This record gives sequence, C-alpha cells and structure tokens, in this order.
Amino acid sequence: MAEKFSFVVDGKSVAVEADSAMPLLYALRSELGLNNPKFGCGKAQCGACTVQVAGVPMRSCVTPVSLIQGKRVTTLAGLGTADKPHPLQQAYIDEGVPQCGYCLSGWLMTASAFLKNNPKPSDAQIRQAMTGVKCRCGTHMAIMRAIKRAAQTMNA
Amino acid sequence: MNAINRREFLKTTGALVISIALPSSIESALSQTATGKPSVAAGKPPLLPDELDSWIAILPNGNATAYFGKMDMGQGVDVAVQQIVAEELDLAFERVNVIMGDTALTCNQGGASGSTGLQMGGMALRNAAAEARRVLVERASQQLGVAADQLRVDNGVVMSASQRVTYGDLIGGQYFHHKLEWNKQYGNPLKVQGKATPKKPSEYKVVGKPFPQAIITEKVMGRQNFITDITVPGMVHARVVRPLNAGCSVVSVDESSIKHIATARVVREQNFLAVVADKEWDAVRAAEALKVEWSPQCDPFPTMATLHDHIRKSSITKKETAVNRGNVDEAFKTAAKMIEAEYEWPLQSHASMGPACAIADMNSDNPRVWTGSQKPHYGRSGCARITGIPLEKMRSTWVPGPGSYGRNEAGDCATDAALISKAIGKPVRVQYMRHDATAWDPKGPAGVFRGRAALDAAGNVAAYDFFAKGFTRQDVATTEADPKDTLAGQFTKYAPKGTLIFQTPAEAYTFENKRCGWETIPAMLERGSPLRTGHFRDPLGPETHFASESFIDEVAAAANADPVAFRLKYLTRERDVAVIKAAAEKARWKAGERGSRGKGALMRGRGFAYTERNGTVVALVAEVEVERKTGRVWAKKFWCAHDCGQIINPGTILTVIEGNIVQATSRTLLEEVKFDKNQVLSVDWATYPILELSDAPESIEIALINRPEMAPQGAGEPSHRTVPAAIANAIFDATGIRMRKVPITPQRMREALLRA
Repeated sequence: MAEKFSFVVDGKSVAVEADSAMPLLYALRSELGLNNPKFGCGKAQCGACTVQVAGVPMRSCVTPVSLIQGKRVTTLAGLGTADKPHPLQQAYIDEGVPQCGYCLSGWLMTASAFLKNNPKPSDAQIRQAMTGVKCRCGTHMAIMRAIKRAAQTMNA
Repeated sequence: MNAINRREFLKTTGALVISIALPSSIESALSQTATGKPSVAAGKPPLLPDELDSWIAILPNGNATAYFGKMDMGQGVDVAVQQIVAEELDLAFERVNVIMGDTALTCNQGGASGSTGLQMGGMALRNAAAEARRVLVERASQQLGVAADQLRVDNGVVMSASQRVTYGDLIGGQYFHHKLEWNKQYGNPLKVQGKATPKKPSEYKVVGKPFPQAIITEKVMGRQNFITDITVPGMVHARVVRPLNAGCSVVSVDESSIKHIATARVVREQNFLAVVADKEWDAVRAAEALKVEWSPQCDPFPTMATLHDHIRKSSITKKETAVNRGNVDEAFKTAAKMIEAEYEWPLQSHASMGPACAIADMNSDNPRVWTGSQKPHYGRSGCARITGIPLEKMRSTWVPGPGSYGRNEAGDCATDAALISKAIGKPVRVQYMRHDATAWDPKGPAGVFRGRAALDAAGNVAAYDFFAKGFTRQDVATTEADPKDTLAGQFTKYAPKGTLIFQTPAEAYTFENKRCGWETIPAMLERGSPLRTGHFRDPLGPETHFASESFIDEVAAAANADPVAFRLKYLTRERDVAVIKAAAEKARWKAGERGSRGKGALMRGRGFAYTERNGTVVALVAEVEVERKTGRVWAKKFWCAHDCGQIINPGTILTVIEGNIVQATSRTLLEEVKFDKNQVLSVDWATYPILELSDAPESIEIALINRPEMAPQGAGEPSHRTVPAAIANAIFDATGIRMRKVPITPQRMREALLRA
C-alpha cells in the first residue's frame, strides 16, 4: 500500500509515494534519481548507502522511508558545493583518496558528522569511529591522511 | 543548476547514458553519431588497430582525444595514458582526453588485465601519439615550406623561426587516414607502431610528474555516475535467483508466490532464473519472495575443515615442472640438513565494494550492453553469443563499477542482463544482491604448497624444491567472451571448460639444484559452481609467494643467516639486489636484530619478502605486533621498495602500492570463503570480513626506484604478492611461530600461541 512521504533532500523539498517499508535508499535512487548513496550490501554492513538525517549518519539501505517523513536528508552531493567543497571533500581531493570510489558516501557522510562532534580527534579515535565503514580498494592510509587533514583545516 | 536538477534534467531527456558514454562535445566534433558508429559522411576509417584514427583524434581547437582499449579501475592508468599521449604529441596535459573501454570507439587492447595497462596498452598509445605528431609536423612542413627538422612543437603549435601553425589548423576535426604497422593481434599482445620514434626520457616534460586524477574530484563531489547509476528509457529492473544449494537445478517455480508484487514476473531459461519488475525495490522483494523447488542436495563440496586434505588426496588433472635445474633428488641424498614445510591458502572472494550491475538493451536495432567488467570487448562477444545477436551489431560500453580486481561477478552480470533483456523484449538493469557477489563470484583458488630444501655442511643451499597443488586459477576464463565462462551460460546450455593453469614462484634465486612445479586438481563442482575459480588480483601471486617467501625465510633461519643477507647471497640480477637493499635501507634493517621471539604480552617482529612479477620487482619489510591474549596481529608498519621500470606518474603509483599492501594485508589476516557441503556460507561482510580502518597499518613508506631508460612495467599488482610472507615472517620474528595457513586470524594465532 503506497503512502506519500515528504522530506527535504540536499535543501530541496521532495515527496515520494512508496510502500512504508521501502528503504530510503530506493526512494532516493529510484524515485528521486539521486544516485550518490550506493547499494553495497542491503544490511547496514558497509556504509556505501550512508546519508545524514538531521546531521546524523544513517544507512539508507535499512532505513524505512516512513521514518524520514518531515526530516532533513543530506547526500554526498549536498555535503559541499562545487564552489565550496566540504573540507573533508577538499582533503579527499588533495590526498587523492578514492580508487573505485563506490564507498565514498560511507566515509564522507560518516566522517564529516564525526568531525563536527570531534574537532580534534586522535588517530585512535578516528580508527574507532570509522570502523564498520568498508573500503575494498584498500585506500585506508589515504583515508586517515584525509580525515586528519580535514580536521586541521576545520580547526584553522 | 544544482546537482539534483542537473540529474533530473539529464534523466528526463534520456541523455544520462549518452553523457557518460560519449562526452558529447568531443564526439560531436568528430561527427560521430550517438550510437557511436562513425558517420559515413565524416569518413572515419574502420575501427582497426592499423588506422591512426583508431587511436588519436585532433579536435578543431587542437586538443586531442586518445582512444584507450583498456580501462582504469580507479588506480589512475588513464591519467598515465593521458601523460604519455600529451608527451608524445607535445600538447599540454589538460588538452588530452582519454576515452576508454567502449567497443564502438576503442580497439580491443584486452581490457584491464594483469597490470598491463601501461606495460602493453600504454605503449600502443605512445607509438600512435608519436606517429600522429610526426604526421602533423610533416603536414606543417609542407604548408609552411620549411623542412620538418627545422620545426619544433610547443603545446600543439608547430613553429619555425618565423612561422607557426596549430594542430587545429592542420587537421582539427578531420581524420588522419594514416596507416600504422599492427602485429595483427588483439587483446594484451596488440602492438602498433608508426615511422616515428617516441621521445627519449631526457626530453620528457609531462611523463614522470605526479598529475592528479581528475575523476577523483567528480567522485568526491558526488558527480560521477557509476555503472549502477545508468538508466535507459523503458528500462526495467531484474534480480537473479541462484540455487540455495550448489549444483541443484530448477524443478518448478511458483509464480503465484510473487503475484502480490505489482509488475513482478519470472524469467526462466533452463536453470537460469531471475525476476523482473518495473521498480527496483519490487524486483528486490520479488527475488526474496519467489518460491522455487530445487532438485535435492548433492553434497558437491568437502567440508571446509577438510579442504586442504581434499586437495592433497585429489587426483591430478595437470602437472608442470617449470623449473628443473641440476639434480635436486641427488643433492637431497647428501644433505647435511633438510628443511621441509607445507603452506595452505584458502578460497577467497573478490568481495568488491558493491555487487555487480549491468544494463542491456538487446531488442533495438543497435543492441547495447553497459558493463562494469574489466573486459567490455569480450563481454560484447559473450552477450552476442548467448542471445544469438550478430556480433557486429552489438556495442558494449564500460562504465566505472564498484571496484574490480580481476574476473569478479561483473563478468557474469552482463550476460545475465543480455539474456533477460532478450527474453522480455525490454532494456533491463540487473544489479546483484550482496550474496550474489560474495557467495557467487569466481573465487581465488585454494592450494597446498610444499617447500623442501637441503643445506650442506657450510649452510649453503644444496637443493631447493617447491611444489604447489591446488585448484586451477581458471575454471572460468579471464574474459566472458564465451558463455561457457559465465553463470548465465552454465545455467543454460553451455558446458563449462576451464583451463588448467597454476603457478610457480617468480623469483631469481640462483640455487644450483632447483625445481619448481605445480599440479592442478578437478573442480569440486563442474557446472554453475559458486566455488568456481577465476582470476583475483594478482592471480595466485599472494598464494604462491606467501609459501615461497615464507619458506625462503625458514631456510635462511635454518642456515643461521639474516633474511636479507641470505636473499642477497642467492640473487645476482642488479634490479633484484637494488630493490632488496632499498627496502632494507628504508626500514633501517639491521642484520641479527631480533624481535620478541615469543616473549611478552605484546610481541613485536619484522619480516622480509621479495618477489617479481612480469618485469616489476618489489621488496617489503613488515613490522607486526602480536597480542598474546587475543591473538590479534596488527601489521603495523611497512617499508616497500618498488621497481617497475619507467615511472609515468609518481603520485598515483604511491596510492596504488598502498592499496595493494592494505588489500593483501586483509587477504592474509582475515579472508577465507566459508562453505559447507552444499552452500557457500560467506554471503556478506559479516561472514566475509575485510580489514577495517582500526586494523589498517600505522605507516607505509615507499621507495620508488625509477628506471626512465626502461619501458614501464606493471604496478597494479606486483606489490600485492609480497605482503603475505612479509607478515608471516614478521610474525615468526615476533612469536617464534611459523604461521603456515592463511588467513592468520586472531583465533588461529591465539591457538598457535597456546600450543607453543
């Protein structure tokens, strides 16, 4: 039974008609054509589908669209702008982090929220906070460099 | 226009696909149609390797397009090709665009394959670009009335002392119609050459500099479309339904089990089963809901615990002794000391970041497939053959996918899509679920490796014998050109036929009596097996060299020799010696310095390994910490020395090596496909864990040895195979224990420490 759900994505009001159990991921990708959250596992194990809901990272592959009613969703495309990338995006570009890049929503949407709450993290805190976000190309070293670089920029 | 609106605009105009496949400004400048077929009016010669126009185009503004018949899986090969072409054309780096992996636009250079992107693929582009420059200068000479050797080129402007003409003036928007010499080969061995001689390294301005990958900005800003993001008008969504128990066939399908899902329907061709629906979520739900009766379980696999005994006891399908020098058996008879050890490597999954996706539209006059596979040219053949569509009508377009390190399940997905599209008469997008990827991708083969060595009374190696026995690395071929090598083929009418091939260590130890060989064993399940083997990053590299370089370390220890000094004693090639010394120096390796050797709650140790791969040599020092209580091994530090000949881009190569080391660390410490007698039990990230950021190394230091006078060799894989033994040898230094079975999980390590 399809219902109508209204929410805000990357600053824009949207509405979708969908089964209330349908994960947010499919609302964003199929209904709204917003492709940055990726399907990686469908089980909240990898992070590729991560968006922020009211600033909090959530795995959209297991989040029913009904829970998003009236909420503010941010995808990777809404994290920064072409003119003003988020400091973490800029750090990722400067460090040349991604290889395949399919995991990026997981890292960027999780780490940007983490840095907001932990402006001066230690290496150990970064490692701890980002556990559960997967990268198969093995860009871990560059990810660490980029998150630390972004923290420095944000504190400057 | 913000990102959403731009996307919606593209989607509603149906331009999304076109914008990805054919950057319109470039292609329209060359009067190519949206289907990619060269416009007759524009007179582009046929897409054959002996036509310069198949490789290089000069646009009206004098910029160049290079057509690369391999592609980049994220490691930056395209950037290096852009540098090579810019260098030979004497154009600014930014003025070259590289188009990759589209069968309508690029020659078949073998796809992404065996770290040959530059080693083989890049050389065709280098020769073609050099020849294009020569032809352009010749034309300028005629036009200006100045001898060619009196002309120079600066950023696409050909100049004499008093005159100038641009590439755009000379040929912009027109074709060269100029022949190259071609060795009549396709794929990796394809070679082309003109009359021009490429530049000397001393003349380089662009090659050898660290240009960034522009696509990284697109990805990071969320502007890059992946294969999963392609849509075509009228497209429906499909999910495949694989048998729960391997080897079972379809008895019946209860279509009423999905009738509550609007538009959902079943597609069945013999044992190939899929569901389609107009909306993606409905296809996902239908695949879960579909009730299928399968034939009874047939227990095709041994239990997982007995896998390596199964290999030992198994019959042999092929045997090869690749190295047989001196007389090993005689030398063994007079040995002062014998060293023997056996090593085991498990089955491993590519476990790419996202499951494969492909889109096929087989019903139009211009049948097409979009694939994330490393082999779009071969996938074109596979899709044509499985649907009976004439090959020459088909077009296959590669779009960046969710990570690819060999023949993963992307090679199956395109033929699935083609089969379904043909069956339902509509364009279809197939995306696999996680279990379709982790459980059903072709696996890196398991093996048992045995080393035997004899020392004489003085501690010299009198004889060395290394033998591997395992599953072939190619139950399915490296490409999906033949449906027999795809699941869609094997579930329908195509009988599989693998190639029997294994590997011996790639090293240059000068032992006087030396023998290295291998044996392959039959597949556990011939047809439609989730444990079929296929190429996984550096096929059999980590497996074989885990064993061989661990064993060398054991022999060195038995000879009371330092691992570095021992290797140097038996290596004479200058590059081997240089790379070993560079790694040792980088790590401040001190002969005789010992790790914890089993003492303490937190034990530290260092290990060494050296390997070769098709012209690239790598040496690596690993430093580990082993926690007694938990058995956790932290591969904490690496020092790598890397010689891949001429370095094209010293920036991207560093992240490529880091990725190789981290991924191989994951394979060494964590990765093992779990299964029982009927099913693969590794179906997701919980059941097939990979290295988390918390376990990433603290540092990786890399010494690049550049040899500009050499041709570039591969860098995409060679450092991968050096890692497992470096870690295992460091574990020995830390604990005094030889870990001879991968993965070296905390549980295995803890058990070994308790036994010690």
